[in-house]
Amino acid sequence: MAEDIKVDLELNLKGMLCPMPMVKVSQNIKNVPVGGIIKATATDPGSLADIPSWAKSTGNEVIKTEKVEKDLIFYIKRVK
Amino acid sequence: MEDKKKKLSMVVFSGDMDKLMAAFIIATGAAASDMDVTMFFTFWGLRAIKKPVNTGKGLFGKMLGFMYGGDIRKATPSKFAFWGMGRWMFRKMMAAKGVLSLVEFRQLALDLGIKFYPCSMSMDVLEIRDEDFIEEAQPSVGVGFFIAEALESQITLFI
Repeated sequence: MAEDIKVDLELNLKGMLCPMPMVKVSQNIKNVPVGGIIKATATDPGSLADIPSWAKSTGNEVIKTEKVEKDLIFYIKRVK
Repeated sequence: MEDKKKKLSMVVFSGDMDKLMAAFIIATGAAASDMDVTMFFTFWGLRAIKKPVNTGKGLFGKMLGFMYGGDIRKATPSKFAFWGMGRWMFRKMMAAKGVLSLVEFRQLALDLGIKFYPCSMSMDVLEIRDEDFIEEAQPSVGVGFFIAEALESQITLFI
């Protein structure tokens, strides 16, 4: 399934705590084109709520969330 | 067409380590969420944007500068301060878990374009001058400026 998604940028956010995962995503969203995808891997359980909330506040979109063992993987699409 | 950014205005009254942490986490989180963020530092909060210099003009001011001197690194937790032991313990615990230090948080806030305003009235009372603050701090302002900013804000906080 995940292979279908074309990733433009991968971010390793493992070990980072609030608010760093969302800060890093927001700093890096400018590095992908509109319509581009960031694959971000975090371990902070709070990011499960934070990343979708960040997307809502900023008008971007989390198109898919995966949980692989302790890793939380977000596919984030730059909408604007 | 760029729509107008949402805004967060925060009063930072406390100089406690834990409360400053909360203030900077919320501020940086808001900035990361595309908001304009202004932080107004007043009273005990002023130390968070001070250089590590001695302050004070008169006897009481100098005494205060001595008792409550230093900069953001001197902030102690609101509970379990134990004359610096608590600060040391919390710093160890936070570093072990990968939480940023207050100095790093303050720098991150600046990097994200957050503005720091000192309150001129409490500067007067505590005898702290403009040049005692870090270079990045804005000129001092009064409550009128805060109200004008707060009126335009979707979120206002007092910490």
